[in-house]
Amino acid sequence: MLPLTREEVEHVAMLARLELSREETENYTNQLDSILEYVDKLNELDVENVEPTAHVLPINNVFREDKVWEGISRDVALDNAPDKEDGQFKVPKIV
Amino acid sequence: MVEYEAVIGLEVHAELKTKSKIFCSCSTEFGADPNTQVCPVCLGLPGTLPVLNKRVVEFAIKAALALNCKIAEYSKFDRKNYFYPDLPKNYQISQYDLPIAANGYLTINIDGKEKRIGITRLHMEEDAGKLIHSNDDISRADYSLVDFNRTGVPLIEIVSEPDIRTPEEARVYLEQLKAILQYTEVSDCKMQEGSLRCDANVSVRPKGSSKFGTKTELKNMNSFKALQKALEYEINRQIELLEKGIPVVQETRTWNEQKGITETLRSKEEAHDYRYFPEPDLVPLVIDREWVEEIRKSLPELPSERKNRLIRDYGLPEYDAEVITSSKALADFYDECVDIYDNPKEISNWVMGELLRLLNANNMEVEDSPIKPKDLVGLLELQKKGVISGKIAKQVFDEMFETGKDAETIVKEKDLVQISDVGELEEIVDRVMEANPKSVEDYRNGKERALKFLVGQIMKETKGKANPQLVNEILKKKL
Amino acid sequence: MEVTKLKAHEIHEMLKKGEISVRELTEAFLDRIDRIDDRIHAYITVTREKALEQADRVDAGIRSEGNTEVLAGIPMALKDNLCTKDIKTTCSSKILYNYKPPYSATVVEKLEEKGAVMLGKLNMDEFAMGSSTENSGFFTTRNPWDLERVPGGSSGGSAAAVAAGEAVYSLGSDTGGSIRQPAAFCGVVGLKPTYGRVSRYGLVAFASSLDQIGPITKDVRDCALVLKAIAGYDPMDSTSVNAPVPDYEKILDDNIKGLRVGIPKEYFGSGISSEVKDRVREAIDVLEGLGAICEETSLPHTEYALPVYYIIAPAEASSNLARYDGVQYGYRNMEVEDLISMYKTTRSEGFGPEVKRRIMLGTYALSSGYYDAYYLKALKVRTLIKQDFDRAFEKFDVLVTPTTPTTAFKIGERTKDLISMYMSDLLTVPANMAGIPAISVPCGLSNGLPVGMQIMAKPFAEDVLLKTAYAYECHRGFEITAPELEVF
Repeated sequence: MLPLTREEVEHVAMLARLELSREETENYTNQLDSILEYVDKLNELDVENVEPTAHVLPINNVFREDKVWEGISRDVALDNAPDKEDGQFKVPKIV
Repeated sequence: MVEYEAVIGLEVHAELKTKSKIFCSCSTEFGADPNTQVCPVCLGLPGTLPVLNKRVVEFAIKAALALNCKIAEYSKFDRKNYFYPDLPKNYQISQYDLPIAANGYLTINIDGKEKRIGITRLHMEEDAGKLIHSNDDISRADYSLVDFNRTGVPLIEIVSEPDIRTPEEARVYLEQLKAILQYTEVSDCKMQEGSLRCDANVSVRPKGSSKFGTKTELKNMNSFKALQKALEYEINRQIELLEKGIPVVQETRTWNEQKGITETLRSKEEAHDYRYFPEPDLVPLVIDREWVEEIRKSLPELPSERKNRLIRDYGLPEYDAEVITSSKALADFYDECVDIYDNPKEISNWVMGELLRLLNANNMEVEDSPIKPKDLVGLLELQKKGVISGKIAKQVFDEMFETGKDAETIVKEKDLVQISDVGELEEIVDRVMEANPKSVEDYRNGKERALKFLVGQIMKETKGKANPQLVNEILKKKL
Repeated sequence: MEVTKLKAHEIHEMLKKGEISVRELTEAFLDRIDRIDDRIHAYITVTREKALEQADRVDAGIRSEGNTEVLAGIPMALKDNLCTKDIKTTCSSKILYNYKPPYSATVVEKLEEKGAVMLGKLNMDEFAMGSSTENSGFFTTRNPWDLERVPGGSSGGSAAAVAAGEAVYSLGSDTGGSIRQPAAFCGVVGLKPTYGRVSRYGLVAFASSLDQIGPITKDVRDCALVLKAIAGYDPMDSTSVNAPVPDYEKILDDNIKGLRVGIPKEYFGSGISSEVKDRVREAIDVLEGLGAICEETSLPHTEYALPVYYIIAPAEASSNLARYDGVQYGYRNMEVEDLISMYKTTRSEGFGPEVKRRIMLGTYALSSGYYDAYYLKALKVRTLIKQDFDRAFEKFDVLVTPTTPTTAFKIGERTKDLISMYMSDLLTVPANMAGIPAISVPCGLSNGLPVGMQIMAKPFAEDVLLKTAYAYECHRGFEITAPELEVF
């Protein structure tokens, strides 16, 4: 596996909406690289014909009925909001 | 000069008409005050988990069967990860590689010919919330407000094969898809309420080529007309670029209704890496064939079947049957009329003619029509009995639409009863003939038009109430 | 003060006989917290008023209807990633520093129905990511056995509080060993149930396919009582299993004659401290003495469990933690003027370094071009690990191993070496991979620090697990209690 580059780390940070300083980027690049080196161990195994386990439980088809139940009031929903207006959550400009 | 053809694929989202949301028990009703139909689950609060509404799966299978799709035996949900303020968890629970249905088609009628448009896949997903931007424009806003009522409303996404070749075909495809979804009663499909949304993928290529050109994604087309206009514009824009030797950029563009152009969508500048992975909080679906058959049996008569029935049983021309069955509500209206008044062709004329005209002019849906089937039939009965003439009937119809009153009432109130008394008519004819000696002479000299003029005068005198047949007879006799 | 050393079933007897009231009991615990928590730092929030209110209510109930419910009136505390309605739930993160959920987790409601008295919310590694509680966004909890040492993590506060007598029992969460490892470090009992046995509704998610809530208690009987109270199907959790809950406490007895015990050799390798191995082998001798049939076995894919964990857990976490963005609740950087800056600054300032590291790792593992090489591959190796256990449980009723490679390390000792910190989870992670139940029971001391023995069983065999642990506990021949802390 090729070593992780700065650019890749910056790209990943963007995807995760994280802001890293130069130093942090440097540190994370090194740390993530050593973790990835460690997990590379998995390449010792041949898993070509193995099914992935996304769900460890053998259950399927869990449903609920199409019924309406009262949720929470608007006041409660907005109670923890850092910023709100007109009964809605307020966020700074998107573009 | 190279001739180009367009290659169009449509991605349609329809909100399902379930009572509760896809993963929680909040109501899906449209139009509630912001943030009053929410709960910890659809708000994506820490610690909450989704539980799947069975009816959503039922409706998705029903829609898929109506679209001739194969229903998957094994299906699952996946997370589509991206950040946006209308998405509380910053991921959408959707379906990626194992959708509930695939490989279907629907048939459209273009220029009298049938064309099959393939449907690649149909899958279930949750809707996001609604954003309002200050200054009404996302690119000039200082802030935005979020309403989460709509998060978690169930959606089906229907992706067509790129089999569509013209903006008109696209419009007809969407109309047919809407009709089918309405017939199966899985969705209201009201574009103006957002329960039907359509995005398009468009590219152009030299006619006869089998390679695909670079495609752009078009968004923000909020009506059937807008879809057609946007496609027309974009196709021309791409052709112009290629003719100048400029390559088309693969991007997402938005339709600007005011300016009538498509524009690059700036807010989605980042590359989309959705990092799909199986949703760990939901277990997979195993769809047994018995359930599918049960649902298949519950399918109603679909638009094309109903159209054929109207042609067969009532002898309607193809075009009429097509128009009437284009919406379930209209077809139901029609059938109700025919049930109580035995003249399918006459009803078809009125439904396709006057009714649709008024509905369209007032931007109304059939369901909201102030004239109900029994009202129309009431009017036609009056006409049949000769109480009113055809022309007056049209007037009355307009009045009925406006006021909501029934035909009889209006005819009485406005004194529109047809004059069929021969004696009365003869008097009027005499008077008009006396008042227009030149026309009388003109007619006797061979000018046919003069007759029409005289009839016109009589109609004017009687405010249209004179029985036109009798007037013609009497006039001719006297001339 | 003595009452804070007792177990739930012992206190229940006292309450039944009227020897003490719930209020007195609660006050005793609140008092103890006041006196020693400034040194242990187990609690983030102490809910004094609410605890006393609950105590009074239970007392009234006992007076009018008597007391048959063992957990009624028993003071307990909860890891701070369990949602408690209108009570601050921070996950030890700055990003949730002031968050008050509008609902309580299902397990919390279940305990409240039983009359439990909640003393407060306990410290943890931020968002459950860590093995020492040093990743808490607020402060590090101390191990009551040696205040210079870590209590383990991520449920460090939960284990320390029980060990130090600051709660009769607590609830923690376990994704890669976060209940068992701190239980081992602090000399208490900790159980991770089968995946799907206990509802996750209201547990702030870290890695959804691995997380489970479980009890941390002073002895096995208490563990069985608490598990019985919190287990069961929950319609709010699609991954909770609709299977009956056995009366785990009633079926406890010390007869394990004929029990087939497997001893997987991969858990006794060179990376494990020799004293730890010795203590566990002595415990196995006790089991043999009781008639268990112990035999060495092999789980060949054990060494791959940790790398699989460090792909799957961060991947799921990167998605689960995306919702912390300052829009609806929690910390938001109010200075910035546009949305993207708000996202970036809020998350960068609100999350600690380990959380950010794991989010980045997880995002990378799921990103375009790497999904197959990392995430998909990890899911496949997970199958192999699970198959190892399936095969083992055809031959054995339980598997016995050490819980941790070492005893509690010193604060600051491993913070610089990531891989060595991750290695503390070596022996606990496989059970999460396979979704099987596992318990840690104190089995001796090494240099004055507790050693834990891990027992694993097949899915939904918590009854066998608890019986084995109980039999051992009855016959091990010693008690384990944390040293007295000077109380002023």
